[in-house]
Amino acid sequence: MNKKMSLSRKQNLAGWAFLTPATLLIAIMSFYPMIQALILSFQKGKGNQLTWAGLYNYTRMFKDAVFMQSLKNCFLYLIIQVPIMLVLALILASLLNNKNLRFKGLFRTAIFLPCATSLVSYATIFRSLFAVDGLINVILIKLGILDVGYNFLSHATSARIVLIIALVWRWTGYNMVFYLSGLQNIEYSVYEAAKIDGATPFQSFWKITVPLLKPTILLTAIMSTNGTLQLFDESVNLTGGGPANATITMSHYIYNMSFKYVPNFGYAAAMSYLILILVAVLAFVQMKVGDKRD
Amino acid sequence: MTKGKKIAAYTFLTIVSFISVFPLYWMISAATNKSVDVTRGRLIPGAELINNFKNLLAQYDVGTAMLNSFKYALILTILSLLICSLAGYGFEIYHDKIKDGVMSVILLAMMVPFAATMIPLYQLFSKVGLLNCTAGFILPTLSTPFLIMMFRQSARSFPHDIIEAARMDGLNEFQIFFKMFLPTMRSTYAAAMTITFMNAWNNYLWPKVIMTSKTSITMPMLVANLKEGYVTDYGMLMLAVFLCTIPTAIVFFLLQKSFADGITGAVK
Repeated sequence: MNKKMSLSRKQNLAGWAFLTPATLLIAIMSFYPMIQALILSFQKGKGNQLTWAGLYNYTRMFKDAVFMQSLKNCFLYLIIQVPIMLVLALILASLLNNKNLRFKGLFRTAIFLPCATSLVSYATIFRSLFAVDGLINVILIKLGILDVGYNFLSHATSARIVLIIALVWRWTGYNMVFYLSGLQNIEYSVYEAAKIDGATPFQSFWKITVPLLKPTILLTAIMSTNGTLQLFDESVNLTGGGPANATITMSHYIYNMSFKYVPNFGYAAAMSYLILILVAVLAFVQMKVGDKRD
Repeated sequence: MTKGKKIAAYTFLTIVSFISVFPLYWMISAATNKSVDVTRGRLIPGAELINNFKNLLAQYDVGTAMLNSFKYALILTILSLLICSLAGYGFEIYHDKIKDGVMSVILLAMMVPFAATMIPLYQLFSKVGLLNCTAGFILPTLSTPFLIMMFRQSARSFPHDIIEAARMDGLNEFQIFFKMFLPTMRSTYAAAMTITFMNAWNNYLWPKVIMTSKTSITMPMLVANLKEGYVTDYGMLMLAVFLCTIPTAIVFFLLQKSFADGITGAVK
């Protein structure tokens, strides 16, 4: 008995030894800075000369036109880009899940391929494609649609559209992979039975695929929301946040506020906390909506 | 499917596939052409690859950036896999109420946006002298809730009989992990490896914050710096983009299945 006790104690200790390094790292690299950022967000001043400021930073951001613009931009991408991308990914996945389809592997690889590029790389490719002397303009001029190159990236609306197109290009295949792996858990015979019962492909998509994939759809929606609210690489490298901050994202503005201009860490920390709150609230809402039984 | 619908499906998939591949084809073709030809809309590969290479090497230290990126990404991947798989195994095999509680707290870290931890981390790292070095690059993402969860899931499918039998044979807990668990979970490790390497290679925001010296920059940073000139040399620019893409593309093509398992990894 005594020996057994010490044995299970030994195992318990071994367990702690296994998980301590990872746990400590997360505590130091995520939770400690999170608390520091919260403290920082109640302070003001430039550089390291900080004084307490109460809620000053939090009220300031709502009067800051650039920050409000970046908040609006992120929500614009969220509302337009995320649904387009997820619906497209879902359609592609259910097409590729068809057993009778040929060249399935080829299509899947091709559509998944954009994920092989780094964010900076694809942002640079799209920036070049849509430049005044870029390929898109060359084609439009050759087709006679335009006389001279249109500067897509220096007009607010077109710059936003280019950014959305680029995001859809990069991430649709990524989400499709989640749906494909989710679809593998659905017995193919369910579709065949539905077909025998006279269901159209459209009906079986809405009545079988979508409900059964609900947990996966919820997951991709939360991940995309999270990613969109934190967009940085694309805003910096594709549009540079411009023209006149028309495409700047919150993380980009926070970066500028901390490292590009005279550092204002307190204010930047407060803005980053708004992202944190938004991510948490939206994830909570999505989980509530997604969990509803219907 | 009727014939009409079939044709529609194939057409749609072909168009989407074309759009997905074309920008990458264009990147490669542009990397082999003169900038003037690229802006004229030339789409067939040319013979300027060597010249673009010479121009790039003459103006930018691609070798250093490439080497740095490899160094940071490889060290991060190896250490991260070790630390997170140990933890995932520990949380599952020795689980009790307290450890389960710790795990749920760790999962909360998934929700923390990087922007919120970036500034205090920068302050901390500059205070203790971790700017411009490998340790500075890897520390914030060395232990991730995602990987821990992924290895915890795989430990769940690891038969407890094996552990008991190994204990009978006199193996200690760490030997069981390294001699039994690690070799059997090769596919989980492959999936974790692809996803960690890709993320490390592609990371841009954090290195941009801490790699302030020219000799410690990464490939994505080099590409980003490259386009800041007044006149863009598209041939040279796309060659740099291409070089930055090769390592992740190799991982993608060799380990496509592992990569797909990697991104969906912790979900199953």
